[in-house]
Amino acid sequence: MYQGIIIAGFGGQGVVSMGILLAYAGMVDGKYVTFFPAYGAEMRGGTANCSVIISTDEIAAPVVGQPDSVVVMNEPSFSKFEPMLKPGGRLFINSSLVSSRSKRDDIEVIEIPVNKIAEEIGTLKIANMVMAGALIKHTGAIASEAVVKSLPKVYKRAKPEILKLNEVAVKRGAEY
Amino acid sequence: MAEKTLMKGNEALAEGAVRAGCRFFAGYPITPQNEVPEYMSWRLPQEGGFFIQAESEVAAINMLFGAASTGIRVMTSSSSPGISLKQEGISYCAGADLPIFYANVVRGGPGLGNIAPAQSDYFQATRGGGHGDYRVFVMAPNSVSEMANFPKRCYDVAFKYRVPSMILADGILGQMMEPVEFDFEPVDPSSFPEPDWAIGGDASGRERRVVKSYDLRPGRLEEWNKERAKRFERIEAEEVDWDGEGLDDCELLITSYGSCSRISKSAVKMAREDGLPVGLLRPITLYPFPKKAYQDLAKRVKNILVVEMSLGQFIEDVQLSVLGKVPIHFHGRPAGGIPTAEEIYDIVRKIMGK
Repeated sequence: MYQGIIIAGFGGQGVVSMGILLAYAGMVDGKYVTFFPAYGAEMRGGTANCSVIISTDEIAAPVVGQPDSVVVMNEPSFSKFEPMLKPGGRLFINSSLVSSRSKRDDIEVIEIPVNKIAEEIGTLKIANMVMAGALIKHTGAIASEAVVKSLPKVYKRAKPEILKLNEVAVKRGAEY
Repeated sequence: MAEKTLMKGNEALAEGAVRAGCRFFAGYPITPQNEVPEYMSWRLPQEGGFFIQAESEVAAINMLFGAASTGIRVMTSSSSPGISLKQEGISYCAGADLPIFYANVVRGGPGLGNIAPAQSDYFQATRGGGHGDYRVFVMAPNSVSEMANFPKRCYDVAFKYRVPSMILADGILGQMMEPVEFDFEPVDPSSFPEPDWAIGGDASGRERRVVKSYDLRPGRLEEWNKERAKRFERIEAEEVDWDGEGLDDCELLITSYGSCSRISKSAVKMAREDGLPVGLLRPITLYPFPKKAYQDLAKRVKNILVVEMSLGQFIEDVQLSVLGKVPIHFHGRPAGGIPTAEEIYDIVRKIMGK
């Protein structure tokens, strides 16, 4: 199993945070992992992206050229990363914010209104966790228990009730 | 050993240095290495060490000269333009036989360049960098674990031979996160014997010690430089390190160092899946350079492909090692251009006529 994932969105949507969580959870799940953030002049409201690789074999190149999965949390990310997706790959769209629809017929598209679901649970801030849940469900790259177990390790300063909300968000995403 | 932790390359580098006994860090911010001073600023005080954010790179390296004179393990880090600023001080440390350790998390150049990953400081790192006849012991990690574990080897070599040592990384290695496993237990620097050259005030009446890089007495500096050159000869004989794969039967040898070697490794894997005899030689020490490994392979391989994230620097050491015995091909991407495994493999197929 090898999953090269690119996660993209606005700064502040938890794109990098989601990438670190997935990498950590992959490690907890016994996989090889790498995480690489785009570290340009990113700022809140600007665009942010990162790449994560989860693999059962040792990872040689830590750079994702042609991703197996792409997560687009906002509209600009769609036009930038949708064309890069490997044929047969999966495109995860935050349908609450992205109105573009892919014209490619060689990919699987998963549309999830993560903002809406997050607000139903209680806070928009956990939209990224809803997406993380959907990603691990569809790719099968990481066991969801590993993600839940990793939450308090990655978000060390989060209060228990906030962690609980994140856990609910991951589970709701995995149902989608 | 403790369980694996997920760390950023820059943090692993800083933690590795602390565990290897570093107790003094002076630096100045620059992307993409800012996590190193940030980490040191809270981590060193925990161990009773000192962190100083200097007013400039020039100040930082001269603070290192002073701290290193007392015989403790010191560190600075920067990225390309900042390391250029530090070259005068590094040369002074080399001239005074001070065992300093520093890291260059390389970005695009020349000049202010950009903040993207690059390998274009190879010449500067391996040829000394500053003025005068000296070298620096240079290690090139290719993973976050190696970022964590190489500082210890750099300190060990620096103190054994009294030379500067460095890690040549790049923006990928500094910014990426990977699981880290330390291959050594933290060392306690207070258990080290005081070096017999360290200064620091001593009322016991022992012979006066002087740390300086300056000697105007006729002939003395020549002797001093020759003695230092002997230490570099020993380093070349004893401290070379490299690894590789597919070397037993390869006809085409790819060679790369640092993060680029991981991309080349992916290309080797693609070639092997197609049944092509391709191997990878990856120097771990850039100075001393693993000349003999190349010379041995030059007797058997038909072609060598050098891949680096610069426009022809590392290739010169390969050429100097094989001395024209094998055709050498080149693929270089500068200033933030990162080769892909696919583009490397395309070149491999062209060279092999497949």
